[in-house]
Amino acid sequence: MSRVALVTGGMGGLGEAICIKLAALGYQVVTTHSPGNPKVAAWLKGMNNLGYGFRAYPCDVTDYDSCRDCVAAVSSEVGPVDVLVNNAGITRDMTFKKMTKDDWDAVISTNLDSVFNMCKQVLDGMTERKWRRVINVSSVNGQKGAFGQSNYSAAKAGMHGFTKALALEVARQGVTVNTISPGYIGTKMVTAIPQEILDSKILPLTRSTGWASRRRSPGSSRTSLRMKRRSSPAPTFPSTAVSTCSDRRVFLPAANINNRKERL
Amino acid sequence: MTQRVALVTGAMGGLGTAICQELAKAGHKVVASYHPQFDNKEEWLKEMAAAGFNDFVCVAGDVSDLASCQAMVADAEAACGQVDILVNNAGITRDRMFAKMEKDGWDAVISTNLTSLFNMTKQVSAKMAERGWGRIINISSVNGLKGQAGQTNYSAAKAGVIGFSKALAAELAAKGVTVNIICPGYVATKMVMAIKPEVLQSIIDGVPMKRLAKPEEIGGACAYLASDIAGFMTGATMNINGGLYYQ
Repeated sequence: MSRVALVTGGMGGLGEAICIKLAALGYQVVTTHSPGNPKVAAWLKGMNNLGYGFRAYPCDVTDYDSCRDCVAAVSSEVGPVDVLVNNAGITRDMTFKKMTKDDWDAVISTNLDSVFNMCKQVLDGMTERKWRRVINVSSVNGQKGAFGQSNYSAAKAGMHGFTKALALEVARQGVTVNTISPGYIGTKMVTAIPQEILDSKILPLTRSTGWASRRRSPGSSRTSLRMKRRSSPAPTFPSTAVSTCSDRRVFLPAANINNRKERL
Repeated sequence: MTQRVALVTGAMGGLGTAICQELAKAGHKVVASYHPQFDNKEEWLKEMAAAGFNDFVCVAGDVSDLASCQAMVADAEAACGQVDILVNNAGITRDRMFAKMEKDGWDAVISTNLTSLFNMTKQVSAKMAERGWGRIINISSVNGLKGQAGQTNYSAAKAGVIGFSKALAAELAAKGVTVNIICPGYVATKMVMAIKPEVLQSIIDGVPMKRLAKPEEIGGACAYLASDIAGFMTGATMNINGGLYYQ
């Protein structure tokens, strides 16, 4: 029986690529989506047309009870979750001077509290199963800090602190916990950054030849990117996400894989 | 030297006390921020006076509450003038294995140890930037760097402190305001001395220097970061841990 992988925010740019890669490796892939997301049916249909039998469950990752209900539903209808990819995240970029408490709270709760909320559901009471993977998707900007992202950098750095502590606790139970810190990826979240900022502030920082590419996927708008530099060759992000949950990587607790080539 | 106003949160704890004293020794006017429910303030002030520190100004507030921080900084400004140096030192632990940790324990640590930085820094950073001089010193922990079993909440919050500090450092670098991080190892404070003796001994055995930090060894680093001569240092993490973790 195939293992069940639950990816939060699986309909986003990066999440979709993670789902596709996990499916290609034989996992039964389930994604969460924000309650009320109007695009769920269309996304599932599009994926289904391509041969991906994904399932989707509503979940507000900032809400503990919503996470509990979601994981309970997945467990009973699909099967217990073997692989959890905490990928859901948002940005509310602005200088600290302009940032409101709402902007802070939204990013901390969506990007950091969510990891607590989801891990609690998946790990509690399930360690007897002796095999589990938790993959937390952080960011290069959690490691290096970024102008205009004091909230995001705090949340993403916090995520890796959480990863390392949890990894120590559960290592003996066959559970690995890892962080992936991607650089800038050609997703909608990144391409929403004004072109002027991309050109002047972000692309010059990358030593590589451009974005990390998502794997080729339908709906990708990569061609709309005005890339000054070309995509770097593999290994790109989704394959790393998958490598940390393959059996070959059992001895990789609490790593922080930095998929980036920026100067630090 | 210029006397500057330094506000220290969690000032009446073991580490906070040493930070206040070292900043005062460096000539700064110290504002000691404490939680309104801390009821040994008078006793603490007497201890400070006995040690020769007679002019600490106290302000009460809850660092996990934005409105309380606004009021507290307003009090500090009314008493001493603009805050030039902010030391975000207040913190709590709610240690539990993740399997037993409840959402309350998570939220309390994230809000007191991480969101408090937003709440406090927000009150002073823009004004520091306008004046062209400021120091923000955030106390993280070695366990924010390396992770610690039983401290998923604390490790997350303290790691978050580092991410926040680096981002803010980048924003304020051109404005004369530095933002730095101190990651102490285990310090001989009441919080640490409350650990069971046999557990504490095993912690000390794990520290290459085979001892705890003296609080003034952390306070001294604060005084350095607050000084003019530290003006070119920003977004940096100072590890003061007896060799427990090498970054």
